[in-house]
Amino acid sequence: MTQSRLCVLVTGAAGSLAGAIIRRLKPHCDIVAVDFRKRVDLEHEIPSYKVDFNKRGFEDVFRNHDIDAVIHIGRVSTEESNLTGRYNANVLGTQRLLKLALKYDIRQVVVLSTFFVYGANAQNPSLLTEDAPLKASGLTLDMVDSVELENLCNIYMWKHPNLHITILRPCHIAGPGVRNTISRLLSSRIAPVLLGFSPLMQFLHVEDMAGAVVLAFEKNQPGIYNVAPHDWITYQDALLACDCTRFPLISIPPIIPEQVTKIFNWKSFPSHLLNYFKYPVIIDGSLFVKTFGFEPRFGLKDIFEHYREGKRSLV
Amino acid sequence: MLDLVNAIKNVLVPRELEEQVDRSPKSTGSFNYDAWGYNPDTAKISLALFKQLYDHYFRVEARGLEHVPKQGRALIIANHSGQLPMDGILIGVAMATNPDGPRMARAMVERFFPTVPFVGNLLNQAGAVIGDPQNCRRMLQSEEAVIVFPEGIRGSGKLYKDRYQLQRFGNGFMHIAMATETPIIPVGVVGCEETMPAIANIKPLAELLAIPYFPLAIPAFLPAKVILNFGEPMMFDQSVESEEAVTARVEQVKDVIRGLIEKGLQERERVFL
Repeated sequence: MTQSRLCVLVTGAAGSLAGAIIRRLKPHCDIVAVDFRKRVDLEHEIPSYKVDFNKRGFEDVFRNHDIDAVIHIGRVSTEESNLTGRYNANVLGTQRLLKLALKYDIRQVVVLSTFFVYGANAQNPSLLTEDAPLKASGLTLDMVDSVELENLCNIYMWKHPNLHITILRPCHIAGPGVRNTISRLLSSRIAPVLLGFSPLMQFLHVEDMAGAVVLAFEKNQPGIYNVAPHDWITYQDALLACDCTRFPLISIPPIIPEQVTKIFNWKSFPSHLLNYFKYPVIIDGSLFVKTFGFEPRFGLKDIFEHYREGKRSLV
Repeated sequence: MLDLVNAIKNVLVPRELEEQVDRSPKSTGSFNYDAWGYNPDTAKISLALFKQLYDHYFRVEARGLEHVPKQGRALIIANHSGQLPMDGILIGVAMATNPDGPRMARAMVERFFPTVPFVGNLLNQAGAVIGDPQNCRRMLQSEEAVIVFPEGIRGSGKLYKDRYQLQRFGNGFMHIAMATETPIIPVGVVGCEETMPAIANIKPLAELLAIPYFPLAIPAFLPAKVILNFGEPMMFDQSVESEEAVTARVEQVKDVIRGLIEKGLQERERVFL
């Protein structure tokens, strides 16, 4: 007797991380791909939808497919919407997704969160563990949706233990196809830095992150996990390793860089993230390593080589 | 930047000093940083520069260095003074160049330092970290030697008229020492009180700049002679049942440090020359 293939709903399918996850899952799972931005063209056997989680039509995805698990990667970013729009999409949208997961007896949800929820605070100790307080929303309103999304998942985790929820808080994800803030900075020829500050950072290759998500799905150990390698580099050294020229901004008083980034509308160096370019937020990924046997395949040098290569090919 | 650091290192750092730092390796990653931002190259350059001040400006005499364990966890507990953390730096240099077994100690610094441009990063790269109990525990679990000033800003920010009067010690270090079974090495620092004597604290200015204190003092280090007396290791088990008992143990350490300061004051012939 052959074991039936699990059906996995992947949100945020247009992103490179989701793409890497789908490639890994496809051989032994049926995939349903959704994204709020566009209908993603995937191989013909993979159903793909453009959906708004808060619209009634989203439930049709659950009605039409016998979904076993959800990998929730999709998120509206600060560039794509304002605070209210992000709250509606990321928090209320996730609430809708979790309600539907309960209604349709889905057994497992893997949620991609971020290390940003810890907040970049000058007094953070290093190697923050999963039980450290989430200070991000106290530092900037622009991070409220990220923290609230986690709070919401925690409520569901506690109230509905049969719905296995795994929250992953990765460090900076970088590498081919990644279009987040840090990846855009590493890709650029000139990148801003705050004069006198070069915080320690952690980077995870997008393929390793995809591997981590798949491990979390396959091993199904509900809980909250940091995902980060046991390796560190300062922001400015990372830029140099990617052949970026540093453009120093006066850093104090803080209002100066805040106004400069607002005036120039620097999407890759937004004012609400300035503290992350000032103070380190170093997370301890050892629980995830221990629980799931995770081992990154790509080192920092591999990640930075991708960005160097990208610049060489443009010359 | 890495090339520049290497070039500076090659010019400034004597081979012997480099070897001493290399004998105290840390768990660094592929770009030579550890999880707290320590970078051996920056640490070597800082050590080379401060060794000059240590030898020729402050003419430091360090005694009892044989009490510092050559390896394994240790809490170096000292009195704090001098407005800026020169005492921590000099204890760090003494330990890094200890002929009985050099160690690159990790100094716990005030929580406002990371907010100061350049200074925060430099301190981290040289081995210092903010004084957070989690940082301290983690480092001791990694078998580091950690320098702690339990007086905190009460000690460093005190005025010249209060010199050598130990301020209240926090109990945190004792809890950590007991929980991690770490020996405490008491240190009496003499001389740093005179390196930057302050006659007043301009509190409104300190509040405006969001720093713990703003001393009315000469904005330079005076060449006071510094004596560091390292005491014998003190071990404390976990058999305490109240915070009062912990405080009593802290007072024991404080008394030993008081004795080491007295010893240093008696040994010192002149304040400046």
